[in-house]
Amino acid sequence: MEAQTLYEKLWSSHVVHEEADGTALIYIDRHLVHEVTSPQAFEGLKLAGRKPWRVSSIVATADHNTPTDHWERGIVDPVSRQQVETLDANIREVGALAYFPFKDARQGIVHVIGPENGVTLPGMTVVCGDSHTSTHGAFACLAHGIGTSEVEHVMATQCLLQKKSKTMLVKVEGQLGRGVYAKDIALAVIGRIGTAGGTGYAIEFGGSAIRALTMEGRMTLCNMAIEAGARAGLVGVDDNTITYLRDKPFAPKGELWDKAVAYWRTLKSDEGARFDRVVELDAAEILPQVTWGTSPEMVETVAGRVPDPAKIADPVKREGVERALKYMGLAPNTPISEIPVDQVFIGSCTNSRIEDLREAAAVAKGRKKAASVKRVLVVPGSGLVKREAEAEGLDKVFIDAGFEWREPGCSMCLAMNADRLEPGEHCASTSNRNFEGRQGAGGRTHLVSPAMAAAAAVTGRFVDVRELA
Amino acid sequence: MKPFTTLDALAVPLDRANVDTDAIIPKQFLKSIKRSGFGPNLFDEWRYLDHGEPGQDCSGRPQNPDFVLNKARYQGAQILLTRDNFGCGSSREHAPWALEDYGFRVLIGTSFADIFFNNCFKNGVLPIVLPSAQVDELFRQCEAAEGYRLVVDLAAQTITRPDGARISFDVDPFRKECLLNGWDDIGLTLRHADKIRAFEEKRRADHPYYFA
Ligand code: SF4
Repeated sequence: MEAQTLYEKLWSSHVVHEEADGTALIYIDRHLVHEVTSPQAFEGLKLAGRKPWRVSSIVATADHNTPTDHWERGIVDPVSRQQVETLDANIREVGALAYFPFKDARQGIVHVIGPENGVTLPGMTVVCGDSHTSTHGAFACLAHGIGTSEVEHVMATQCLLQKKSKTMLVKVEGQLGRGVYAKDIALAVIGRIGTAGGTGYAIEFGGSAIRALTMEGRMTLCNMAIEAGARAGLVGVDDNTITYLRDKPFAPKGELWDKAVAYWRTLKSDEGARFDRVVELDAAEILPQVTWGTSPEMVETVAGRVPDPAKIADPVKREGVERALKYMGLAPNTPISEIPVDQVFIGSCTNSRIEDLREAAAVAKGRKKAASVKRVLVVPGSGLVKREAEAEGLDKVFIDAGFEWREPGCSMCLAMNADRLEPGEHCASTSNRNFEGRQGAGGRTHLVSPAMAAAAAVTGRFVDVRELA
Repeated sequence: MKPFTTLDALAVPLDRANVDTDAIIPKQFLKSIKRSGFGPNLFDEWRYLDHGEPGQDCSGRPQNPDFVLNKARYQGAQILLTRDNFGCGSSREHAPWALEDYGFRVLIGTSFADIFFNNCFKNGVLPIVLPSAQVDELFRQCEAAEGYRLVVDLAAQTITRPDGARISFDVDPFRKECLLNGWDDIGLTLRHADKIRAFEEKRRADHPYYFA
């Protein structure tokens, strides 16, 4: 048989039906649901008199609207509360394999709770009404974000209408330097190929540097695949994958586990498989990254400077840079290390897992929040992450450093709850989008790794985290 | 989606061109978590004399007696006669949701905005384009005679007037089939329900750990 890529294996094992024009019906194994994109889908289903095709494929949580402090007060904003209560009611009526409602011990960001509960398993197709569903590709799943009408379609038919993507291999060989993390790889890749570079592709990450990453690191990488324009990110199964999943609550047990693992071991690209595009990076050359603009591709190393539009020949590009610098309130050629930081956000489905918090805590330990920094939010990705961090004493480290230790949720990643930036404030953020107004109207986001965010918190600017060691 | 085969219903003439989606359903109603219940707020700014807000009970609001939908003789109308470029403006699917929720199943006019036109078919509403002379005649007759009803037969692609005259109209064959059968995307996919079920059973047998 011809050598196959992982993507091709996952695709061909899920095609139910294919039209002459290549549009295919893809069977969906796991449907993750949250409060923002599901209400109209549930209602549409009800109005049409339909039932979900397979209730046991649904796993739901409330994350986007939930507050991260004063849980005893409930959700104060009435519009947010209504969305969350609507999800409660819908799940009560329809059912689900698992539901982690607001305040549940295992509630959290939908892309954090899937893997940590073992509801995301290798070889699955995973969908969710949220673009960062690509995160789950770290487990060799074909994972797509979908729209509200598609949420309804999947509920009703257990299928999604899809066309096959092209395949791209991002190969990172060698060893990452000290103070350099998965987030830096992700930003370096986006800096290289651009935010549209992955459009039409499913990106598989491979090479020795990727194999050396933990599952948390691989999730960070696949999470950001969408910011490179790809619909899906992928990493093949290896020992790390299997070790992570063993004993997770919903992972198979006993004989089923053995049978599953035997299959999962085949879920990697075959030797000699052909990709439509290959991009190679040398891990040793990647430095800590900081975005300076309003798109994740506007990124520099911490040692670099903000670009000078005058030196850009292409008028469209020049104008884009000028507009971004104006929004960000930055002068051309400003050294990255001189950008002042007003707030710090450590959290989001990109970087809110236990390993991320450990990396941030290692920098924060024994240090204090800089006086010029107004607030540092540390928002664990889920209740489970929160408790694990507390068991390790990470909460103490953060609190001693003057950081705020919050309840889990999306929080200031998109500022749908009360956590947000004031106009003009610069924020060192471990999230995934630095678009205008993303973290609050007029807010200025700089995407960084958790270690770099903690370093910014204790110094008030962007410093090479390696200088703090 | 409700199938559409034939409709024998009262018509109401909305004699305005360029009715945009914000007029059909004003933007304050888009915050809703629902896609039903927009009917009471259809044409909100024209129907009522006060300013409408989401979640408000509309039954006690002061109605605009001059607006055609409020006239006693047009209560229960399910066919809307319109003019040029109906449904222009934003792409909000709330516009056909509101029309459908109010009770309209057929819109007859000289032209419809593109996205709106597509959205109608997805929501069980049939927009019919006719030459302006025929639309003019429908407006004239409808305004002249109380209780003016039309019979719309989608399979035959005809509109029958009370005077017995039969008008034929065009409709895309694929959309026609979908409407006749009540197929939306979901309906279309469910034509393959047996295939999906067979696939699922095989998958359950080969990979039981995904079906715990
Ligand atoms: S953390 Fe941010 S990107 Fe992730 S699901 Fe929540 S809002 Fe979306």
